[in-house]
Amino acid sequence: MRKEANILFVGVGGQGTISASNLLSAALIELGYDVKMSEVHGMAQRGGSVSTQVRYGEKVHSPLIEKGTADYIISFEKSESGRWLEFLKENGTVISSDHEIRPYSVNMGKEVYPEGIIEEMQEKGYHVKSVDAQSKAIELGNAKVANMVLLGILAKDLGLEKDLLNRLIEQYFKPALQEVNLKAMDLGYSL
Amino acid sequence: MKSLMTGNEALARGAYEAGAHFASAYPGTPSTEILENLAKYKEVYSEWAPNEKVGMEAASGASIMGARALTTMKHVGLNVAADPFFTMAYIGVNGGLVIINADDPGMHSSQNEQDNRYYALHAKVPMLEPSDSEECRIFVKKAYEISEEFDTPVLIRTTTRVNHSKSLVNLEDRKEVAIREYKKDKLKNVMTPGHAQRRHPVVEERLVSLRHFNNASSLNIVEKNTKKLGIVTSGISYAYAKEVFGENASYLKLGMTFPLPTELILEFTRDMEEILVIEENEPYLEKEIKALGIVCRGRDVLPICGELNPETIREAFLGAEKKEMIPMESKSPTRPPVLCAGCPHRGFFNALKTDRDIIASGDIGCYTLGAMDPINVTDTVICMGASISAGTGMQKVLDIQGNTKKKVFSFIGDSTFFHSGITGLVNSIYNKIPVVTVIMDNRTTGMTGHQENPGTGKTLMGEEAGDINIPMLVRSLGIKDENIKIINPYYQDKAKEVVKEAKAATEPFVIITQEPCALLKDVQILRRNSYVEIDQEKCRKCKTCVRTGCPAIYIKDGSVFIDREMCNGCTLCYQVCPFDAIEKKGDLVNA
Repeated sequence: MRKEANILFVGVGGQGTISASNLLSAALIELGYDVKMSEVHGMAQRGGSVSTQVRYGEKVHSPLIEKGTADYIISFEKSESGRWLEFLKENGTVISSDHEIRPYSVNMGKEVYPEGIIEEMQEKGYHVKSVDAQSKAIELGNAKVANMVLLGILAKDLGLEKDLLNRLIEQYFKPALQEVNLKAMDLGYSL
Repeated sequence: MKSLMTGNEALARGAYEAGAHFASAYPGTPSTEILENLAKYKEVYSEWAPNEKVGMEAASGASIMGARALTTMKHVGLNVAADPFFTMAYIGVNGGLVIINADDPGMHSSQNEQDNRYYALHAKVPMLEPSDSEECRIFVKKAYEISEEFDTPVLIRTTTRVNHSKSLVNLEDRKEVAIREYKKDKLKNVMTPGHAQRRHPVVEERLVSLRHFNNASSLNIVEKNTKKLGIVTSGISYAYAKEVFGENASYLKLGMTFPLPTELILEFTRDMEEILVIEENEPYLEKEIKALGIVCRGRDVLPICGELNPETIREAFLGAEKKEMIPMESKSPTRPPVLCAGCPHRGFFNALKTDRDIIASGDIGCYTLGAMDPINVTDTVICMGASISAGTGMQKVLDIQGNTKKKVFSFIGDSTFFHSGITGLVNSIYNKIPVVTVIMDNRTTGMTGHQENPGTGKTLMGEEAGDINIPMLVRSLGIKDENIKIINPYYQDKAKEVVKEAKAATEPFVIITQEPCALLKDVQILRRNSYVEIDQEKCRKCKTCVRTGCPAIYIKDGSVFIDREMCNGCTLCYQVCPFDAIEKKGDLVNA
């Protein structure tokens, strides 16, 4: 298990970055790490670009991740990974959903959606893992569990035990939502 | 027991542990979740007040009767509550009175960046500033002790990153505190000029005692690592400073920042070679420290606008070189906040957005987004409740000019109407100003995350409430029956007809749109299998539906699609499509 890391969850308001960060933080606390997490509420949540930050280690002071120091960027929407890329540490990892949410400016042709952003990052030497988290979640029966697919991938990379996360899912989710979240976590872990 | 908590959860926990009896507040980011969490502890009576002034006054009353009382608000909420706040500083307390004020540096969800530390100075009320969640819990308990010992309200000032960051908290048991005896004391509790003249010197003497107390208080922490560099800081700035300077500096972390512990500051700074003051926004500490004759700096390099973060501090003081990332050609598109898919506000805005003769006076809530592309309806937004009152001023100027072509419409949500919109409506009726008031009733306080309000029929603690009937209230104030229209904002034909009638009205006119927020759980369940789809063969790609600004509608490879996961079948796009290319699907609720 990795001893310390800065993890930036990014996406579009309403995509579930906070619940993914909450679950991860709960697991890290159980493992005895010092954890700081920062989230954004209010106006920014209404369909805008959002980020949630998790830092853990033996002792953490600031809840905010500095540019160039994120070990992971977990992006719930394809183009959002690019917006936050300057936060990535050298040799850091981007785990990005390939799900596209096109803002109005793109629909009206005032801006261009960066379709090839993942490929460009890969060509330029960024370490990027792209996953069709949204369609996988829909296949599982609930688009909202895309966040657990992404969290599963991250957890495996961190060396975080799946059993612990599974137990926390059973603790934090209503019975009706447990199975689909467990399946999504399992799927992420297997990717 | 240890628990990972946001600052807001920990502030609530602190009030619970302190034996608080009573809490009253109005929601406002980033303070909202304090009372939401406190309401989970049934030992404390918690309520939503219609506005911050009412919350402050209700808490003041509870304190006078001997209870430990709490009120919370965002920074601009203290402007609303400033009147009772300043006078309670003279009256003092019976049971402890704690006011939690959450500032929003960086304006994540606010209309200005005021630094409310100056309120403590101005009202002569002691102020505590926690740095993390554990301090949030502890400082609330300390605040009650200070409040009762010194007979004063106490201000706890936080910032967004303290309220909305999580860190570990030690949980302790609640300590029950008896409600103190109430005794009539007119000299102390009735602020006539004669009584207030006697209270003012008491307030001044209290500040001297508080300063003396603060010099020896454990709320302030001195960390001595070196004599080369001393940093004076408070709140979240302490966490950032520690991140940047670590053991290479000594720290005076101030937990109580008014009245300042001047002797402690003099002692700490005396043998330091260099002194930095690290604080967000206004140079509040720096000015006070300089006034003590101490040479220090900070504001010369730190920005006054926006949030601090470790990076800004690093660059300002250490000139750390920026690491360049490998440049990318792909640019991420701008993504400002938008009204949600199926939002009822979009329906009504859509019905009048092409009418350039309407001047729209907006307000604080999700419908502030009526100012954004592609709705572009709203002309002005000032503060909570200003839509109707500002609207009366705007309409009166049109009347003075004899301009009958233009008409002012004021847009206000249900919760904001109860907050401070009613008095604006009273002004329009009293002074006979024919402004059109649109009360957008979505049965909740939307922007802050669905809090109950006086119109929803439920209290903060989940009990049945006296719900105020908006149409009856409006009628009782004196709006004539024929000038009140109640509509469902999704239906465009009816909405347009009502807008036309309102525009022609020569008396104050009220439109009430009634449709619950699309994000409310009940609505989501009701509309789960409710959606529309585009028939690609019929679609002529005219983009009329796209121009509603609904985030569920998108264009890919030249074709228009509707995201099935986002759409909840409000049918606005179905209604505006000139080619009947949009089909209703599922068991559509708004058929």
